[in-house]
Amino acid sequence: MARGYRITTTHALVLAVLLLAGGANGWAQQDQRERDRQQMRGLDEEVQEIKSDVLDIASQLSLLEEKLLYPSGTQVAIFVALAPGDAMRLDAVRLKIDGQLVTHYIYSFKELEALRKGGVQRIYVGNVATGDHRLEVLVDGKGEGGQDYSRTEQFTFRKEVKPKLVELTLAGPDSGKSPIALGEL
Amino acid sequence: MRVPRRLLGLCLALGFGAGPAVCADLRDLYFGEALYHAYQGQYFDAIRRLDTELAQYHGLDEPRLDTLHYHVNQAEFDVGDFELDYRMHRRAGRAIKAVLEGAVDEAVRNEAAFRLARIHFQKDQLDDAQHALARIQGTVPPAIREDVEFLRANIDMATGRPADAVTVLEPLHGDPSLAGFVAYNLGIALLQDGRQPEAIEQLDKAGQMPATDPAGLAIRDKCNLVLGSMLFESGDFERAKRSLDRVRLDGPFSNQALLRAGWAEASAGQYDRALVPWNILASREPTDIAVQEAMLAVPHAYASLDLNGRAALMYGRALELYSHQIERVDASIASVREGRFLDDLIREESRQDEGWVIRLRSLPGAPETYYLMELMASHDFQTALHNYLDLEDLRSRLDAWKTGLDAFDDIIRLRRQNYEPLLPGIDAQFRELDSRMRVRLEQREHLAKRLHAMLTAPRPELLATADEQVAGERLAVIEERLGDSGGPEADALRQRAARLRGVLTWRLETEYDDRLTTAYEHLNELDASVGALDRQYEAFVRTRQAATHSYVGYDARIERLRERVAAALQRVDLLMARQGHMIETVAVNQLEARRERLTAQQVQARYAVADSYDRAARAQSGAEGR
Repeated sequence: MARGYRITTTHALVLAVLLLAGGANGWAQQDQRERDRQQMRGLDEEVQEIKSDVLDIASQLSLLEEKLLYPSGTQVAIFVALAPGDAMRLDAVRLKIDGQLVTHYIYSFKELEALRKGGVQRIYVGNVATGDHRLEVLVDGKGEGGQDYSRTEQFTFRKEVKPKLVELTLAGPDSGKSPIALGEL
Repeated sequence: MRVPRRLLGLCLALGFGAGPAVCADLRDLYFGEALYHAYQGQYFDAIRRLDTELAQYHGLDEPRLDTLHYHVNQAEFDVGDFELDYRMHRRAGRAIKAVLEGAVDEAVRNEAAFRLARIHFQKDQLDDAQHALARIQGTVPPAIREDVEFLRANIDMATGRPADAVTVLEPLHGDPSLAGFVAYNLGIALLQDGRQPEAIEQLDKAGQMPATDPAGLAIRDKCNLVLGSMLFESGDFERAKRSLDRVRLDGPFSNQALLRAGWAEASAGQYDRALVPWNILASREPTDIAVQEAMLAVPHAYASLDLNGRAALMYGRALELYSHQIERVDASIASVREGRFLDDLIREESRQDEGWVIRLRSLPGAPETYYLMELMASHDFQTALHNYLDLEDLRSRLDAWKTGLDAFDDIIRLRRQNYEPLLPGIDAQFRELDSRMRVRLEQREHLAKRLHAMLTAPRPELLATADEQVAGERLAVIEERLGDSGGPEADALRQRAARLRGVLTWRLETEYDDRLTTAYEHLNELDASVGALDRQYEAFVRTRQAATHSYVGYDARIERLRERVAAALQRVDLLMARQGHMIETVAVNQLEARRERLTAQQVQARYAVADSYDRAARAQSGAEGR
């Protein structure tokens, strides 16, 4: 009985506290919350509009940048992809075109994950004259077992009048695939 | 009714949070680049890339020859998905509607209708969602078949037709990634339909389903929490406890489950057992609402066990905690009002990974962030915060572009300075070379025509060598000088000249075919050289054009872009100010609500501590009296 009494008083106290916190104040808060929500929806619409506008500016800028800095006659873009299902941990890629270092890229965890999921990284965009060019690719990473892995390969690609796209597909030492495969478009 | 709707939202967020599909054979590198950005959560860059690609693709005369053609349907869907992920629902809807209205096959149209319905549902536009689902007819791609039905059931539940939802959900058993959500929603639909015993059985089943992935584990926890709460409210404390015990201790619902598990034990009169979950809870993050409640529940259990001294001590600790938390809330409110909260949120280094919200809370000297996790639990706050962060990202991009446009101006100016003095001289040289080339090309054409004519009307004399031509001309002079002169000496000379003429003619006639062949070979060799010359000529023309194009015709375009960037920057600044103010208002409102709650708990603890001391004192004097 004593235990029952205590439960009742405590519950009564809790109820009183809840009533204290709720009631008129609670209604006012709910009202305020509804007003906030309405305002937020309005703002959300405006934010969506400005995002759309900025995306359009970005698109115009990309075209301008491409025309100004990488005209199609000299443009070369190099892409990096991982062979499907490859478990290599790619640490870095270094590229030389005609003996000149053009990029040395170190990968973050997020970037590596994106490559593993099938994303393709545009690692380099630049300009070269029409004709044949030498491309040296150095890959640093770790194999499936955690062992250090480094590989260098040389390729030749031909630049025509149209923009040149070069795809490098990388595979780890345990995959049984070609470590660096070159594809040209 | 409100709770299930909120839960539906959770299911939707968890169930449809999958990323874009990976193509087995990726043919378009730029599409792959868009995916690369999307997989890293860089949706702005992903949309920009894919938008550009799709615009170029649709502008082609023969899009079938483009590499994007292999992925175009996927790309159209993905751009809509990325827009959704970037919280651009209106644009995403438009993109998907465009697919829906386009000339696509039935399966693609049905998938588009499903995606459109999903967007409408997420935006709480239930009629539109139903309308979009009604457009699904005929072949539905197997990959989305269960998703479509799951969404249909969600809409049924949200529009107050739980019985229909039950009918839709019951046969869904195929997709393991949906299994937990289907089982949970079926339980909720049964509950909404007033079939409580069946709902309890269903949730009980759902709460014991195998799960390994975080989403599956979370929904299973949710099932057990909801079921435990239902059973608790219906007075079945023992079963409620069993259900709540199944909630993982490290999951997102563990604090609520521990609190309710304690209440289930306490309500059954087992205070000693209630202390187990409540004591675990009391040692957790003190800003959590369940933890703050546990601080009162623990001494209440001790008091119920007649351990009044211990209860008084624990009420004292609760009082201390509430006072401290009220101070922190006050500091948070003050700090938020000073604008420091927004400054913390946009710190670049604090947003490097997914755990930034948790780390932000432990920033030294930043009271405004203490209750951030609690604020993040509110959908409104999250939306406002994400919008604010997106605006900050836009602002930094626009700032960078403004500088970039100035750099473009510099590049153009330097190119103009470089090329303008050089080009007139180069053009003059080129014109001279061009006229010489034209003369030579005309000569080549003339030779080719003559050789062609000689195939049908042989002219051996035209293939005579220079020596033979000289010899022929000398013979002609000799023959002319001999004229008609008579005498034996003149006759002998005439005969010799005729013999020589005969030799010359013989050679030209007999060697004619070989010479004609050789002449053709030489013409072909000349063609090779002319071809090389043509290529060089074209390369020069291209380079010359490129030189002009590298600095001419950009001024107006850059100026227009500069104006647009400036206008956008102004709008972003304005929106950021309004959005920031909204965040601060929401944060302050929620913190004030929390403060009220803490104050009420403090009052309660204060009464309870006095009450416990009284009881302890009475118990002690009673014992002494005896």
